[in-house]
Amino acid sequence: MNLINNNILTIVIFLPLAGAILLLFFPRRHRDIRYFALAVSLITLLASLHLPWYLVRGQSGFQFEENIPWIAHPNIHYHLGIDGISMWLVILTTFLMPMCVLISWNSIGDRVKEFFILMLVLETAMIGVFVALDLFLFYFFWEATLIPMALIIGMYGHGRKIYASVKFFLYTMIASVFMLAAVIWLYAKTGTFDFVDIQGKIQSGQVAGFEHAAFWLFLGFFVAFAVKVPLFPLHTWLPDAHVEAPTAGSVLLAAVLLKMGTYGLLRFNLGLFPDQSRRNAPWIIALAIIGIIYGALVAMIQPNIKRLVAYTSVSHLGFVVLGIFSFTQIGMDGAVYQMLSHGISTGALFMLLGMIYDRRHTYDIGEYGGLATPMPVYATFFAFIMLSSVGLPLLNGFIGEFMVLSGAFQAKQLYGILAATGVIWSACYLLWMYQRVFYGNVTNPVNNSLRDLSARERVSLWPLAIAALVMGVAPMLWLHSIDPAVAATLRQFSSVVQAHAAHAPGYLSGADVARNGVQAVLQVIGR
Amino acid sequence: MHLWIIPLLPLAGAAINGLLGKRFSRALVSAIALGSTAAAFAMALWVAAQFLGLPPDQVPHIERYGTWLSAGPFSAEFGIYLDQLSLVMMLVVTGVGFLIHVYSVGYMEHEGGYYRYFAYLNIFMFFMLTLVLANNYLLMFVGWEGVGLASYLLIGFWFLKKSAADAGKKAFLTNRVGDFGFLIALFLLIKHFGTLQYDSLWPLISKYPVETGAAGLLTAIGLLMLVGATGKSAQIPLYVWLPDAMEGPTPVSALIHAATMVTAGVYMVARSHLVFNRAPDAALAVAIIGTLTAIFAASIGIVQTDIKKVLAYSTISQLGYMFMACGVADYVGGIFHLVTHAFFKGLLFLAAGSVIHGLGGEQDMRNMGGLRKYLPYTFWCMTFATFAIAGIPPFAGFFSKDQILWSAWSGGYHVLWVIGIITAGMTSFYMFRLWFLTFFGDYRGPNPEAAGHAGGSHGHGAPHESPWVMVVPLMILALLSLVGGWIGVPHVLQGSDHFGSFLSPVFNATAATAEGAAEQGESTTELAFTFISVAVGLLGLLAAWWLYYKRPELPAKMAKAAGGLYIFVLEKYKVDELYGAVFIQPLIALSSTVFWKGIDRGLIDGAVDGGAAGAREVSDEMRHMQSGNIRSYAGWVAIGAAAVIAFMVWRGVR
Repeated sequence: MNLINNNILTIVIFLPLAGAILLLFFPRRHRDIRYFALAVSLITLLASLHLPWYLVRGQSGFQFEENIPWIAHPNIHYHLGIDGISMWLVILTTFLMPMCVLISWNSIGDRVKEFFILMLVLETAMIGVFVALDLFLFYFFWEATLIPMALIIGMYGHGRKIYASVKFFLYTMIASVFMLAAVIWLYAKTGTFDFVDIQGKIQSGQVAGFEHAAFWLFLGFFVAFAVKVPLFPLHTWLPDAHVEAPTAGSVLLAAVLLKMGTYGLLRFNLGLFPDQSRRNAPWIIALAIIGIIYGALVAMIQPNIKRLVAYTSVSHLGFVVLGIFSFTQIGMDGAVYQMLSHGISTGALFMLLGMIYDRRHTYDIGEYGGLATPMPVYATFFAFIMLSSVGLPLLNGFIGEFMVLSGAFQAKQLYGILAATGVIWSACYLLWMYQRVFYGNVTNPVNNSLRDLSARERVSLWPLAIAALVMGVAPMLWLHSIDPAVAATLRQFSSVVQAHAAHAPGYLSGADVARNGVQAVLQVIGR
Repeated sequence: MHLWIIPLLPLAGAAINGLLGKRFSRALVSAIALGSTAAAFAMALWVAAQFLGLPPDQVPHIERYGTWLSAGPFSAEFGIYLDQLSLVMMLVVTGVGFLIHVYSVGYMEHEGGYYRYFAYLNIFMFFMLTLVLANNYLLMFVGWEGVGLASYLLIGFWFLKKSAADAGKKAFLTNRVGDFGFLIALFLLIKHFGTLQYDSLWPLISKYPVETGAAGLLTAIGLLMLVGATGKSAQIPLYVWLPDAMEGPTPVSALIHAATMVTAGVYMVARSHLVFNRAPDAALAVAIIGTLTAIFAASIGIVQTDIKKVLAYSTISQLGYMFMACGVADYVGGIFHLVTHAFFKGLLFLAAGSVIHGLGGEQDMRNMGGLRKYLPYTFWCMTFATFAIAGIPPFAGFFSKDQILWSAWSGGYHVLWVIGIITAGMTSFYMFRLWFLTFFGDYRGPNPEAAGHAGGSHGHGAPHESPWVMVVPLMILALLSLVGGWIGVPHVLQGSDHFGSFLSPVFNATAATAEGAAEQGESTTELAFTFISVAVGLLGLLAAWWLYYKRPELPAKMAKAAGGLYIFVLEKYKVDELYGAVFIQPLIALSSTVFWKGIDRGLIDGAVDGGAAGAREVSDEMRHMQSGNIRSYAGWVAIGAAAVIAFMVWRGVR
């Protein structure tokens, strides 16, 4: 068992990559390729289930650690490890992958082999992001997700796919550069890329000049993650990327890639810069709340159904950021839960949209109407997932939302009150959309002959529907391991913050941030 | 007692019918739906018997089934809280619910989506039972939202009709506005008490002093709960969804939008009486909202011509009475009226449904009349219900309404009493108006003889009485509308008020004072007030008889004389239009013009794309990247990284 425990993370990361390499040598027969990709994704899922099974609950620190020197100069380690937070994000990734293969079964007709190779490479990179504990390794995986995703959008998308792909690529990459700069600064000062080491050194005050640089380091990481989340006003790449991406790309983008941003905020911004996190929380929370309301209102009036769902991500991810920066146990638990829950609900929504796109090749709401009559099963699945997204109690969305709002309210009542208006907005955009697409008589005669869901489509939806229900009824299955991990993060956070709070200035307002920025620019120019 | 079985029975029925019902015969679908509900009712009766045998120190009876969610010190569990209040609610929900299930078998006989209808109805039962039996506010909120969902699905049951789909959506969204208030109240409870479990909360809240003078925490919680209650129980300003909800099948209107779900707000206020007792301002707000809603809705009900719309406004108005009762701390009166109202208003809707069924879907009372001959059983049942709601003794509504009005007066709320008594007169008037218009005079619909001959194939034919499966539930409810009030005959009428003494342990302090006041030699006054309310009820009957039986040409003339005022009331004071102009249209304009086109497209994307267009060469380079060449992407990453490293070196990062 030790042998497995000591290598399980490597196995889970590189199983998909190994599959991708094998695929390279496959003949170009589509059927085999698909089945092989499905098999690889299922094996990866099975392997990853080892993690929750053997995770020791309540044990502080990282588990299943692997730490071996990789490159001596610079000092880069192959350091992996998970806690109760990152583990579930890994499971989310491996859980969704087989569904993504199934949903691409027929909708990808061209260059099938390349598509599945890209998907599997992407899976390796995504898992790597969640388990890497060496900042360089983390950055490596982080950038590595970018290329296959950009290609998936650019090669297999539709409409203005090139524009969307480039926009996605540049937005994320330019922002990542700031993180890279911060990482390099930290390495220059500490001589290590190891997350745990750096965290310790910062806390014990061994990093020279940290006090001066802390804000900029925080900002470097923050910008990279905020674009990914995406936080208002850095979100405009997301709707474009979603609308043009193929279905599987959208699912992974919404369900996993966005979580890399919120995971990064939680792990690195809070983990490395607790005091800066506290001081910058007010304006970040303001952006998160704006995102919640703004994203929902803009979603409401979208004529394109996929763009609508894309904007709902802006709104839902705002809840996650709000929960993280509430610095309360319940709020942060809720934020992690909301990450998983959003992955399930929005992943399923994008799959559903893909199914209707396969039939009609349009996302225009005006083209639909009355679909409940020709496609009752589809309409039922859609309604169920919609309710999970609206936050109906006993389904997954409610748990995270409730906990986040409760935490935000504890932090500051106004936060909770403003963000809680989200429960109204989410019902507005989804119910209105549902009515326009499904209710009434069929207005467009083409839709009369639409066939209902096939067996393959239903097989790919059932696991998500069941997950939505189980996550709503028995959240303790997840919270048992999330709660201690969050508590550990929060303990560390509070100890540092309390040490600082005695002599450090208080919260930074938006005006302070602007002033800092202007001063920095003036200094540079002045030289 | 394994109380969890009670809500799970209908849930199982819903799951079976929902997942497999499409392949079942109608008989099997009905058997599953009715069987699960009947079993729940039977078990509720058994539980009631057990409960009565419990020694007082074991009440409330609490069952815990495990943690639902927990985070840090906060946790909420699955559990049931059975006291006199939830027992009464459980019996009403399962009992009336079962009768309406039976009735539905007849009413929905010719409709498509039969299995879907019963699955929804069963899921409603599950959530409603969760709401009333929960042992913590979070679980109550589960039921609260869940009944909203069931309501949404059932209002929009005929989703091919745009009006039905609109009405379902409107109900859900309006309720969400209320839920927002409820949620904030829960957050306040968590923040200050750290728990939502009733049994942990009550002792903590009891320690608080009454917030006279300065409003404090409990006042805030009470007011926010009231916001939630106005949504679910259709009070001002969130009542607008209930009249539209009449788009749903009539049995649904009876069960959800009259007898049970809409009373959830009353239940919630009564359940939280410890909060309201310590927050007099919040309690007063409850009373005022209730009273205003009562008279406001009654005034609209007077002029409506759609039989279900009259009943809808009547429901809003009667719920107002229940709020008034809770607001003046007569929770027993509020719950008493809730119970009798469940009988007579459920019956009114079912009887109206029987009329509509008998006329092939006609709902306009101007096309009815003289139906006494065609639907004799329905007529008699409707008569019982009408007398009950009009407050004529010895029917059920008389006792409960009279108790509320007396509490308002004896509690010193004289203005509320005046409005309440006027409303009682109006109630009697519009109900007898409905009664006369529907059942008396001549039949004003399509000629029954002609229709009967010509219509065999297509037309509906002459009005006909409903099948037994519909009529029997009417009769049972008619009986309950008569005798249902006798459980609470006040002492002043030589009764013994069993209901009040049964419920008093729940609301211990208040009931004691009310009885104390009653025994202070005020019985003469109380008797006088009872006569006033009976007289007002009879006055309404008389007026309706004069205008709609004796001189049926008069109302039209009066309407013409009133002119614009009449139109204004007929069009429901234009509140829907007001909300549309003030909230909905500006919101859509803001989202569309300012947010999306202005900020998202114009400002942010404009800046981004503008930057890109400014550097045309760069975008040309990007066009090369479209090739999908992995190496070029990797190259970009490398170049970017190199640039940053160069910068860091240049800036002299040590």
